Amino acid sequence: MNSHDVVITGIGLVSSLGEGPDAHWQKLTQPGFQPVLDAERFAPYTIHPLPEIDWNLQIAKRGDQRQMETWQRLGTYAAGLALDDAGIKGNDELSTTMDMVVAAGGGERDEAVDAAILAASESRNDRDVLLNEKLTTELRPTLFLAQLSNLLAGNISIVHKVTGSSRTFMGEEGAGVSAVETAAARIRSGQSTHVLVGGAFQTEHSDMLLGYELAGYLHRGPWKPVWQRQGGEGGGVVTGSGGAFLVLEQREHAKSRGRRIYAELGPIVSGRARRRLSELDAEIVALLKQAELPAGELLTISGASGAHAATAAEKAALDANPALAVRGFSTLTGHMKEAQFPFAVALAAMAIDRKAGYPVFDATAEKPFDGAPKTVLATAIGYHQFEGMGLIKAA
Amino acid sequence: MANLKDHMGRPVVAVTGIGVVTSLGVGKTDNWAALTSGKSGIHPITRFPVDHLNTRISGMVDFLPSSSKGASHLTYELAETAAQEAVSEAGLDSGDFGGPLFLASPPVELDWADRFSLYNSDKKDGGSERLLRVARALRELDIFETTQFGSIADRLADRFGTRGLPITLSTACASGATAIQLGVEAIRRGECDKALSIGADGSATAEALIRFSLLSALSTHNDIPEKASKPFSKDRDGFVLAEGSGALVLESLEAALARGATILGIMSGCGEKADDFHRTRSKPDASPAIAAVRAALADAGMSEDEIEYVNAHGTSTPENDKMEHLSLSTVFGERIGSMPVSSNKSMIGHTLSAAGAVEAAFSLMTMRESVIPPTINYDNPDPAIVLDVVPNKKRNAEVRTVLSNSFGFGGQNTCLVMAREPV
Repeated sequence: MNSHDVVITGIGLVSSLGEGPDAHWQKLTQPGFQPVLDAERFAPYTIHPLPEIDWNLQIAKRGDQRQMETWQRLGTYAAGLALDDAGIKGNDELSTTMDMVVAAGGGERDEAVDAAILAASESRNDRDVLLNEKLTTELRPTLFLAQLSNLLAGNISIVHKVTGSSRTFMGEEGAGVSAVETAAARIRSGQSTHVLVGGAFQTEHSDMLLGYELAGYLHRGPWKPVWQRQGGEGGGVVTGSGGAFLVLEQREHAKSRGRRIYAELGPIVSGRARRRLSELDAEIVALLKQAELPAGELLTISGASGAHAATAAEKAALDANPALAVRGFSTLTGHMKEAQFPFAVALAAMAIDRKAGYPVFDATAEKPFDGAPKTVLATAIGYHQFEGMGLIKAA
Repeated sequence: MANLKDHMGRPVVAVTGIGVVTSLGVGKTDNWAALTSGKSGIHPITRFPVDHLNTRISGMVDFLPSSSKGASHLTYELAETAAQEAVSEAGLDSGDFGGPLFLASPPVELDWADRFSLYNSDKKDGGSERLLRVARALRELDIFETTQFGSIADRLADRFGTRGLPITLSTACASGATAIQLGVEAIRRGECDKALSIGADGSATAEALIRFSLLSALSTHNDIPEKASKPFSKDRDGFVLAEGSGALVLESLEAALARGATILGIMSGCGEKADDFHRTRSKPDASPAIAAVRAALADAGMSEDEIEYVNAHGTSTPENDKMEHLSLSTVFGERIGSMPVSSNKSMIGHTLSAAGAVEAAFSLMTMRESVIPPTINYDNPDPAIVLDVVPNKKRNAEVRTVLSNSFGFGGQNTCLVMAREPV
């Protein structure tokens, strides 16, 4: 134990299951819990929709809410939950010295404007002129900021007053991995005492689905658990809206202000397999080795997306170690892209804090885990690129 | 013998390779010649029609093979070109760099050209249903990869043989400086002995231009394009959208000296502070910018008296230049009136995600060449901003230390302190 150890003192979660660690724990530990699905709105794709959220609870000013599209609002909301949970929200001294690393993609375009431009393009050859004509007159001026990647962090600064530093990492699941890894490295080296880290993904927008489907990654047809989509129609990914933020803190800093500690963040490892050269299998094995797994049964919170190749590679590598009791949480939440790794870390920390594992999310592919986990593995193997994992330990 | 550790006991970080591309040309030689002769790269837009647009000028990079191939391809080529120059200058293996990659690049979106072509490839249904249906029948990944935020860095990692999971980041107009800061911090923490930091932006599409236009951020002085960017002038009316890239090879001084590399400069300090005031406007008292400058000085272990030149953010927007002046005059006091402060953006426009890296490259060259590039178009000084902006003509001067400012939309402020020599 070291005073510069990284501990988790705040968790903010939103998904189709609800909001906050308690709601998630209750549902995820209910044996045979059935996911919340919407198979109609974006058919033939199934999604896990956002729960009902009272944005006012974390974003007090309506004016602020109007300046954000749903993705930014969702992230700002989840960040607020984590700050509240860590007792930082509203504390000026802690907020203004807090660093922040946000994993972000892009926000929501104006679907109506885009659809009108595309429809008009069928009868016009001067498409570039059409674009100027429509965009200059129909785009809402503030939409740009409401969808801009770094403005999720910008809004967190404005709404929650986190202003020590602000960085936004981009790059799907890998951005979430790097965000946690970098935040932890800052704390371990003494550069930061407390860091807000996380991401959000709002899938209920056609462009967010298009981002997967341009490579045929989405699962179609009847919903199935994440491990059972190989050979099914489509590419295996079922997406979900959600967000996950963590407050990471230097152990000494957390102790000195008397905060409850969920868990300690152990080693975070990451990599970039050249998947075209079939390096993924070996990369996952190498990361598992680097993570220095403890001996004995190990609860493993997998962020597997369902994407056929990546999920098969991850499953093979995890199955090869009989000590791992794997839980693919995308079965119940859907894939949340940039938020995937922070979400996995949060679920791992909750299991340690509550001294219990999760029941199987898919009885055909997962095995039981009994007892109180002392260490939990969290993974995020990107559906297309980038890989990471980390160990979360009892504090 | 130079100190290998800084005032906080961390490894000193040296620059051993520099690369740059702007509308003024490819590479340091051409850029420096143009920059020091006060030449502007701002020109009329020819990449797309300008019908209906209020702003019809930019500092786009129109001379690369990817210039007409969309934001993702151009951003990649800009990054690759600058990185190749930097890695070659450093004398390192450009296919096996062996350190991490930090890339500042613009957020990606499906280009309109692809959107139109996908949509019009069939006639069934309409709107997003049609796009999704056509998308899932695609049998190649080219378009998909332009929509993945990590793809440019992934390709660069392949190309240069960088180590580990590359980080792609955005802190808006401060991104390039943040990429450098991340590299500096990784070396200081002992995670690596070298890092490749790149800022690249080839995203000056019609939609990007319109978005900034709708925020009233762009200059509309279309008639004489090279005169449109006029930082610190009374009649400044917005920034000029531009493209470019800057790349630095960062190395621990110890590793660089051990392999006999030429030391091009020292990254002495990095500082940042976020603003919580507004999405596009800075806090009226400039306190976040002031705090970012002070944090960079503290990180460098320098007092304000030790800074000899400021490479300003100097965007030419009414708001930024006023706020930047307030922050500099607060930090440097009386001295600010006699201290050279110039804006490269007067010539190259605002290269957005690349700006911090491009301007760090020029800051390092300023020290090496003992020439300060001017702020051009300074014909009508803003009486409220009393600065020595190195007006219109370069100045020969010994410069041992530089402060380079980057202040972004969304309140992300990053400042870098660089030195010519190790101490």
